[in-house]
Amino acid sequence: MNTPSIAAYNFAYLDEQTKRMIRRAILKAIAIPGYQTPFASREMPMPYGWGTGGVQVTASIIGPDDVLKVIDQGADDTTNAVSIRKFFAKVANVAVTTRTGEATIVQTRHRIPEEPLSEGQILVYQVPIPEPLRFLEPRETETRTMHALEEYGLMHVKLYEDIARHGHIATTYDYPVKVEGRYVMDPSPTPKFDNPKMHMSKALQLFGAGREKRIYAVPPYSRVVSLDFDDHPFEPQTFDKPCAMCGAESVYLDEVILDDRGGRMFVCSDTDHCETRRAKGHRGELAGEIPEAAQ
Amino acid sequence: MPARSEFAAGFADPVRDSQTVFRAVMDAMAHPGRIVGVAPELTPPTPLTATSGAIVLCLCDSDTRLWIDDNSPPAVSEWLGFQTGAPLTGNPAEAAFALVLDGEASPSLGQFCLGTQEYPDRSTTLVMQVQSLTGGAPLRLTGPGIDGSTTIAPVGLPRDFLTHWAENRARFPRGVDVILCAPDSVVGLPRSVSLSPERV
Repeated sequence: MNTPSIAAYNFAYLDEQTKRMIRRAILKAIAIPGYQTPFASREMPMPYGWGTGGVQVTASIIGPDDVLKVIDQGADDTTNAVSIRKFFAKVANVAVTTRTGEATIVQTRHRIPEEPLSEGQILVYQVPIPEPLRFLEPRETETRTMHALEEYGLMHVKLYEDIARHGHIATTYDYPVKVEGRYVMDPSPTPKFDNPKMHMSKALQLFGAGREKRIYAVPPYSRVVSLDFDDHPFEPQTFDKPCAMCGAESVYLDEVILDDRGGRMFVCSDTDHCETRRAKGHRGELAGEIPEAAQ
Repeated sequence: MPARSEFAAGFADPVRDSQTVFRAVMDAMAHPGRIVGVAPELTPPTPLTATSGAIVLCLCDSDTRLWIDDNSPPAVSEWLGFQTGAPLTGNPAEAAFALVLDGEASPSLGQFCLGTQEYPDRSTTLVMQVQSLTGGAPLRLTGPGIDGSTTIAPVGLPRDFLTHWAENRARFPRGVDVILCAPDSVVGLPRSVSLSPERV
């Protein structure tokens, strides 16, 4: 038998009692779509704000046969995504991927992949502030009562004030949704562009907020409606140009500053989607020519 | 020393087995009405089946009050007590989990803990053994997790289950959640689904 090294952790880092506690919270969250289930969030080997809620959810559901993808603002290759992917490769010895279609679990910070998720996939969101009413009412006792009474007038007032001040609903991310006609829920700071993808999604969506100690869920095939008014209907962002690298339209684009003279480009926020398209030969205006060797 | 039945085999590999069982239960709760296979290698005392025994082992511990059928043999509570350390309660209204060994003899759902309007998660989850998940009177399910509608036909549900379920559904977001357990598979019935008799 090998001598165990000093850092001999349980599978997926968390101890079994913690996993049971989180698993119980996940089942309750699924049974009450959109309701923020309290759980006893643990200290994780990364700071709060780096996705400790999502990491705890993933650690409690992941098994040796899973394939994990982690994205940060749509990208597989940024610090947060790389660190969490390495973390699970180390403590759970699971296969990791950057391909959306190959993953069984996708942990995300603030984006939903462009490629539609399929049945059986699980999307785990890292959530900073799970309470959609928090910036309108700071007291937990009050927001809890508001959810209990389904009293969401304050949120509509907030959206109305947007219209009064700006002429349109100016909320562009963290855009509140109503789940299955009951709970108003914070979709985490995803751009409102992604809100329609939550509606009737085939994948199970789990949300973990580590610092705030809440887990919530949207089961597959659930109604998720962005709040709006009859005369000011919800509208996702649109972009004037296609992606400069892969030419994709109807995707969420990041603005990249190119120089100090106002030069800029817009590229896919979802790196896997962009790379897959480029591998298929799609070219945007700044992608350059396909090298002859590749043809 | 004679072998005591409560020490008899629990999970062979507790970490991996609990994860496998949990994912099956989560799949069942996320897709109400779907029959999900759960057949762990486990030898609990009868009439507790390996399937429902594994679910209790996977979810219960010293933090969860467990209610078990009044007429369950002592071997069952001793085995679960040894394996999970869950404190037993005789009062269904204060149970986090309830193990119903005989679905047909289950107390009505309203007698269990229903949670509060502020904390609807503080309610009982019922692990209910039934004879079979197929072959009974067909029931139509609609609600979150279901693409349109689906049908189940379990055998061995409590009498007046549809009436009690309708009351449970009407209490939403309060209410109990039920995991129906046949000997080798489960069906999840979260409080969010509606049940009605299927017109044939």
